[in-house]
Amino acid sequence: MQGAVELPHGTTIVGVTFEGGVVLAGDRRATMGNIIAQRDVQKVFPADEYSAVGIAGTAGLAVEMVKLFQLELEHFEKVEGATLSLEGKANRLSTMIRSNLGMALQGLAVVPLFAGWDVGRGKGRIFSYDVTGGRSEEFGFAAIGSGSVFARGALKKLYRENLTESQAITLVTQALYDAADDDSATGGPDLARRIYPVLTVISDEGFRRLTEEEASEAVRAIHERRLQEPDGPRAELL
Amino acid sequence: MSTPFYVSPQQAMADRAEYARKGIARGRSVVVLQYTDGIVFVAENPSRALHKVSEIYDRIAFAAVGKYNEFENLRIAGVRYADLRGYTYDRHDVTARGLANVYAQALGTIFSSAAEKPYEVELIVAEAGEGPEDDQIYRLPHDGSIVDEHGSVAVGGNADQISSYLDQRHVDGMTLGEALKLAVESLSRDNNGGERTLTAEQLEVAILDRTRPQQRKFKRLLGSQLTRLLADGDAGAVAAEDSSEPGSASSDSGSDSGSGSDAGE
Repeated sequence: MQGAVELPHGTTIVGVTFEGGVVLAGDRRATMGNIIAQRDVQKVFPADEYSAVGIAGTAGLAVEMVKLFQLELEHFEKVEGATLSLEGKANRLSTMIRSNLGMALQGLAVVPLFAGWDVGRGKGRIFSYDVTGGRSEEFGFAAIGSGSVFARGALKKLYRENLTESQAITLVTQALYDAADDDSATGGPDLARRIYPVLTVISDEGFRRLTEEEASEAVRAIHERRLQEPDGPRAELL
Repeated sequence: MSTPFYVSPQQAMADRAEYARKGIARGRSVVVLQYTDGIVFVAENPSRALHKVSEIYDRIAFAAVGKYNEFENLRIAGVRYADLRGYTYDRHDVTARGLANVYAQALGTIFSSAAEKPYEVELIVAEAGEGPEDDQIYRLPHDGSIVDEHGSVAVGGNADQISSYLDQRHVDGMTLGEALKLAVESLSRDNNGGERTLTAEQLEVAILDRTRPQQRKFKRLLGSQLTRLLADGDAGAVAAEDSSEPGSASSDSGSDSGSGSDAGE
C-alpha cells in the first residue's frame, strides 16, 4: 500500500480443542515489511484464569487491546465477586474489536483468537473474530494470521476427535511449523537461540503456559522427525 | 424563619464521632495479623456472599466493619482506583499507602461535611511485601485519620479488648496456623470474659500469601482447608493445597476472587 506506515505485524495463531480443554499457541515473529522486527515477541496472553487470547494484526494496538481486556475481566471479577461466563468474555472482546473499526479501515486492524475453558459446560471452546467484531465459534480447531492458511491445511489433515492434551500440543506445533515453512511473516522454532512457540493450555485447572523446557521438548521431537521427512506427517490418500 | 440553635463545633464533631462509633460498635469484629508468609484476615461473618474481607489488587486487601452499604461503596471505589492506577502506570505502582490516602480523604471529607451523616465504618488496608518487614497495615477510623499498624490489629465492636489480647500474644514469625488460632481465640472472647466457640462456618478467612506463585496474592480459605487449619494449626496444608491446584484457580469458589494469571509476564 502506498504511503502506508510500516508497523510490526504478521503472525500465526492456532487453537485446538481436546478432551479436557483447549490449546492455544502462537509463533514468535513480528515483521515490518520485509524486516524481522522482533524474533521473540509474545502473541498469546492469558486473559484471565480460564481464558487466553492470541493476537494477529497491528502489534501495538493488539497488545493494548489485550491489556484492557485483561483489566476488564479482573475488574469485573473483583467488583462482582464472580467471574464472567466464557460467552460474556467473548462478547466483550467483540465490542472491543468493533471499537477499533476506524483504525482497521486505515490498515491498522487487530484480529484476535479467543480460547477458554467453559466452566459451565465443562469444555474448551474457541472463538474467532473479523475486524467488525463479528464473532464465530470454531469447533475443533482454528487458525488466524498471515500463516493461517498453511496452518489450517495442516490442522485439517491432522486433527481428530478425542485428542489428548499432549497430542493437541504436538498438533499445534506441527501446524505452526508448516505455517513458518511457507509464510515468511511467521517464525519457525529457532533452536539456536532457544526461541520456541508460545504454547498454552487451558483446562479445568486453569491457564498454563508450557515452560521453556516443555516447549523445547515438543519442538525438538517434531524437528527430529522433519529431518527425515521435511514436509511432516502424511495423511491417508483416500 | 426560625434561628437555628448554636452548637459549638467541638460539640458537633463529638456528636458525629459518637454517632459513628456507636454504629461501628454494633457489629462483629475483624482482626488482621501478620505471619511469616503474609497477612491473615479473620472476620466473624456467617454470610458467604456478603464479604467483610476482599481483594483490592495483587498484594493489597481490604477489611471493613460497620454498615455494609457504606464500606461496599468504599471497596468498589478502591478496586476502581487500584485497577485504573495499575492500567495507567504499572502494577507495581499500586500501593496500600496510596489507597489508604484516598480512603482517608474520602472518609475525612464525609465526616466533616455538615450535609452528610458520617460513615459508620472502620477500614483496614493491608499490603503484603517481599518479606514480613515490608508488610504494611493501615487502619482507617471513621473520621479520616490513618493509623499505621504493625503485627496485629482489630476493628469493630470489641476492638479495644481484642487488640490488647492480640498485642500480648502476637509475636513475629508466627506460622499461618498459629496466627489463625490466635485470631480465632481473640474473636471468641466476649465482653464479659466468657468464651464462645467459633466454627469454620461462622468465620470468613482470607490471606495475602507472598509465597503464592501467582501475581495476585489474595486467597480465601474455605471449607475443608479452613476446617483442617483450625483443627491442627497445620500451616503446611495451605502451601500443599496451593501447589496442587495449578494456575491458582480456587476451584471451590464461585465468588472467590483469589485467582490470577502469572504466566503472561
